[in-house]
Amino acid sequence: MELAFFYLFAAGIVGASLLMVTRANVIHAALLLVLAFLFMAGLFVLAGAEFLAGVQILIYAGGIMVLYLFSIMLMNVGVAVRLRQWHRQSVLALAAAVLLGAEVWAVLGRGGYPGAKAWGWGLGQTPGNVEALGEVLYTKFLFPFEVASILLLAAMIGAIVLAKREITR
Amino acid sequence: MVPLTHYLALGAILFLIGAAGVLMRRNAIMILLSIELMLNSVNITFVGFARQWADLTGQVFAIFVIAVAACEAAVGLAILISLNRDRQMMNVDEINLLKW
Amino acid sequence: MGIAVEAVIALVKIAVVLGVVSLVVAYLTYLERKIIAHIQQRLGPMRVGWHGLLQPIADGAKLFLKEDIIPDKADKVVFVIAPIMVLVPAFVVYSVLPFSSTFYITQVNIGIFFILAVSSLGVFGIVMAGWASNSKYSLLGALRSAAQMLSYEIFLGFSIIGPLMLAGSLNMQKIVEAQSDVWFVFYQPLAFVVFFIAALAETNRVPFDLPEAETELVAGFHTEYSGMKFAFFFLAEYASIMVVSTVAVTLFFGGWQGIGWIPLPGFVWYVLKLGAMIFVFIWIRATLPRYRYDQLMRLGWKFMFPLVMANIFLTGLVKFLFL
Repeated sequence: MELAFFYLFAAGIVGASLLMVTRANVIHAALLLVLAFLFMAGLFVLAGAEFLAGVQILIYAGGIMVLYLFSIMLMNVGVAVRLRQWHRQSVLALAAAVLLGAEVWAVLGRGGYPGAKAWGWGLGQTPGNVEALGEVLYTKFLFPFEVASILLLAAMIGAIVLAKREITR
Repeated sequence: MVPLTHYLALGAILFLIGAAGVLMRRNAIMILLSIELMLNSVNITFVGFARQWADLTGQVFAIFVIAVAACEAAVGLAILISLNRDRQMMNVDEINLLKW
Repeated sequence: MGIAVEAVIALVKIAVVLGVVSLVVAYLTYLERKIIAHIQQRLGPMRVGWHGLLQPIADGAKLFLKEDIIPDKADKVVFVIAPIMVLVPAFVVYSVLPFSSTFYITQVNIGIFFILAVSSLGVFGIVMAGWASNSKYSLLGALRSAAQMLSYEIFLGFSIIGPLMLAGSLNMQKIVEAQSDVWFVFYQPLAFVVFFIAALAETNRVPFDLPEAETELVAGFHTEYSGMKFAFFFLAEYASIMVVSTVAVTLFFGGWQGIGWIPLPGFVWYVLKLGAMIFVFIWIRATLPRYRYDQLMRLGWKFMFPLVMANIFLTGLVKFLFL
């Protein structure tokens, strides 16, 4: 059952993202990426990461992707559709990407990981995933958490300064 | 329970797709979107490991990845908007002012 | 066997909730027309049925039979998906709402967070509709909508943190149970004010209906829609009014819990409170004019954001010192 759902979600993610990278229209690509993110949220629920699934939908799909769509609509994408979509060196790039993927798989898929530990709770009944996550986040990972907040502040200032139009009086 | 290798395989495939998108497309927005995909492939790997070892560290790092992705999206889009305003195009192979 | 029975029960529940909600949403349009009419000393719909009671059904039949027009220059696929993308999140949320202490479709641990997350997807439908229509007015409406909903979602999310801190849980049932003595609206008046304003903005209701401002944008993102697709947008709007009212009742007004000694079943209490909330929504539409775009953003970021942050800080302080 769980495996069947995994394959469903995995197929959805891979299908949507393959379609995404090949679209000429950027809006279509962004919407397909949203679809992939929704499937990913399903996958996270399956893996017992309920809170993360919520964050994935709320922040990623509902926040970041809306920002993308907003910015794309501010620019003129109609022209870009008719242009050449692929790089001149794209064959070389594809070879490099495949090589990179093979490398990743060679590292990740070599196996030899310690055996699985019991999760302690079953599917859909994770009592206190949020509580547990909050506790870890605010004790063990407090410093990275603060660093992340500084990073967000810096990014916010950077984005405002970059996108601001020069006001000449 | 889904074996760990399944999560890892899915993560690797998505990373490959994302990397191919980054390297092959000309449109800068497509490159940013592909980077989002690559970041998410890493998230899947993290969640898979968290599931495997019943350890929440993986999920915490996935949250940090999302925070970094938000920063990347904001700054990246700001750069693209100012680029679009100055030169009315978004093709990365034409942005060669710094190329010697 | 066990799984099959459970699945059937769940399906029946879903069918019941979906049917009732669709009917109620349809009659909300009637209620709104009637209430606004009486506020303005008119009668409202009177012809179809007794006091116009069958008006929503007639409207539905009319919209169903209308010609479905897709503009020539529109992006066909996105244009068709957009109304569905608006409607589906609005209805998915009902799967976790607790209608009484025993009747709900499912309980999730991230309950209220799930509602926030899913309802944040509604903006996609609007943005898709505005862009796919390939019309200047629609695009402007979609842009306004994206900025407005993205901003006010933040205040909506932060305003519910206060009650959540008091309840100590994200589970809807537990939040209701935590209010058996005092409703959270008395502990968290600031949070409720911010929540209500943000909810008005999230549902595109009147002081914040800039995305569909009919007098300046010709109905904004759904200018080009007709027939059933148009009806979908309206169903979604009223369904999300129901959702935010439900969340308000659950978080701030004790859900299905009654007031002390009056012996009424939980469900009746729930419906009464919900009705009162929805009435306020309609009342506000009859009372207030529309905000200007810059005023909307200023209100959000310069007034509500500091307020809601102060509320979280104060709640934490009080909880740390006295509880």
